[in-house]
Amino acid sequence: MHRINFDLNFEELSKVEGHAGLDIAVRNGRVKDVRLRMTHNKRFFTSAVIGKQFSNAHQILSRICGTCSIAHIICSIKCMEDALGVIPSKQTKILRDLSMYGMTIRDHAMHLYLFCLPDIFGKDSVLEFADNGREHDLIHKAFQIKEAGNILSKEIAGRAVHPVYPIIGSFPHRPTKEKARALINMLEKCRDAAIEFVDIFNDASFIFESDAEFIGLSNPDFSFQRGELLTSGGLCIPSISFRKFLQKTIIPYSQAPGFSFQGRPYMVGALARLNVNLASLNKRTKKSLSSSIAKFPSINVYHNNLAQAIEIVHSIDHSIEFLDSTDFKEEPVQTVKPKEGEGVGLVEAPRGTLYHHMKLAANGSVTYADLVIPTSQNQVKMENDIGRLVQQRLDEGKGKEAIRKEVEVFIRAFDPCMSCATHFLKIKWG
Amino acid sequence: MLENLVMQKKLRFGWFTLTCSEDNTIIFVELINRHYFEWKDKIKFVYCKPLQSNNKITRMDVAYVEGAVSSLHEEKLLKKVRANSRYLVAVGACACTGMPSGQRNLFNDATKKSIRPSIKRYNLYEKVKAVKDIVKTDAMLFGCPMSADSFVMNINGYLKEFGVDK
Repeated sequence: MHRINFDLNFEELSKVEGHAGLDIAVRNGRVKDVRLRMTHNKRFFTSAVIGKQFSNAHQILSRICGTCSIAHIICSIKCMEDALGVIPSKQTKILRDLSMYGMTIRDHAMHLYLFCLPDIFGKDSVLEFADNGREHDLIHKAFQIKEAGNILSKEIAGRAVHPVYPIIGSFPHRPTKEKARALINMLEKCRDAAIEFVDIFNDASFIFESDAEFIGLSNPDFSFQRGELLTSGGLCIPSISFRKFLQKTIIPYSQAPGFSFQGRPYMVGALARLNVNLASLNKRTKKSLSSSIAKFPSINVYHNNLAQAIEIVHSIDHSIEFLDSTDFKEEPVQTVKPKEGEGVGLVEAPRGTLYHHMKLAANGSVTYADLVIPTSQNQVKMENDIGRLVQQRLDEGKGKEAIRKEVEVFIRAFDPCMSCATHFLKIKWG
Repeated sequence: MLENLVMQKKLRFGWFTLTCSEDNTIIFVELINRHYFEWKDKIKFVYCKPLQSNNKITRMDVAYVEGAVSSLHEEKLLKKVRANSRYLVAVGACACTGMPSGQRNLFNDATKKSIRPSIKRYNLYEKVKAVKDIVKTDAMLFGCPMSADSFVMNINGYLKEFGVDK
């Protein structure tokens, strides 16, 4: 075993968002090198937004990522509202919550049911699932839940990808009573199926424990776009101060930068959110999922997928609550005037904490932009953990092919999004 | 026997992503919610990274390409896709026009200079290109992202043309 030597090279990882490759070198039974290469070509959004009007920035930055576009739009809008002193109405905040829930249901469902579920069933693809029996039934249910998230996003935000209704200060569209009732029925119909998938991910046997600082938004109702940041170490961080705790790391072989928190790798995303804000999950969710929720806080990285499955149920339950209890009324659109300012927006995108920081000139044009993306934040921990996982499996006597398979499954547990991570501007190369 | 063989005919399908936000992939993946059981019987997914790990660039009836071309690596990939597909369809704004992924083409000189180290480091093209600038494109589905209906209409056309749908 101690003489084992091999290289594992993944030219293109599949069933993840965007392009990435991975190289692992093992020499004399020890992991010598791990290189996670985010190869999605840069598009320089933080440069592209400079000089643009404040009112357009959210639509430009939405194009960073298709699947996370609602998160980028709402984060950018919150950033501008912070810079311009604009306060949205309670109804606008609820409609933003619903938009975020629609995205989270759709995005988590895509990741869990299309990308991860085949791993649990020992298959490459859902296309290989049987045409009858339980596998067939699960595919039906998976698409039913995914479609519910898609429809909730479309009906509330206008589109599931690059939506048009969320704007600075207002939300110029509301669901009618009939539409709200139809959405409640749709969500109720897929709730049991979403719980069934929680049980599947709860029963999954993958284990890799890795302690770290976990960071996520904390608020009383597990909203993805309100509250302040909390760390698993108990530190509460106001949005405006977040960036001061982070150090950017240039990774020469990756088109995305990495980040450390107070000099150490850390993790954001569903696992982090459950670890820091577990008590705030929706009451109905907690009642239905008590045995799965009891596994948190957790340092098993694979539990990120279980946490995502739980978040789908929470998103369904809290959306039903909002749609049932809110009398949506027509509201005037706020007039927002440009002025010199600086703001920060912070939301929980499906893959973790998303941070937009921008400065405006007196005429409302953007003069500065700094964005911190979830996958970039997880990159250093992901790479370190891959090395540790491979070493553990080597020590357990696992062979190259078994390790190759698990590494792909493990990367999917992090749910990386390379489209987002490689958006950014300039690096000074020595 | 012959009847069975005819029934097994499937459209050989490819889905490729170049430089973009993958928003068209999301539209495609969401279309699968409603079309999965129909398409599973009618389509052979030859290359489709969102759905499977085993992908090959070979003998495709139709290849859908999203994203702009921003590096030699992508240009080579695109030419290989073209050489292995009967029809090639550009999907979404970046593939059809090069924008918005090509917004750096319009940067002023100072901004272009500021991003040059990254352009050089990652072997990116100085200028981002649309798919039709590199290879013959048989159809274009515009939009950011593409419209779901236009994609369904387009693929239904190929299902008929290749004898999968009668």
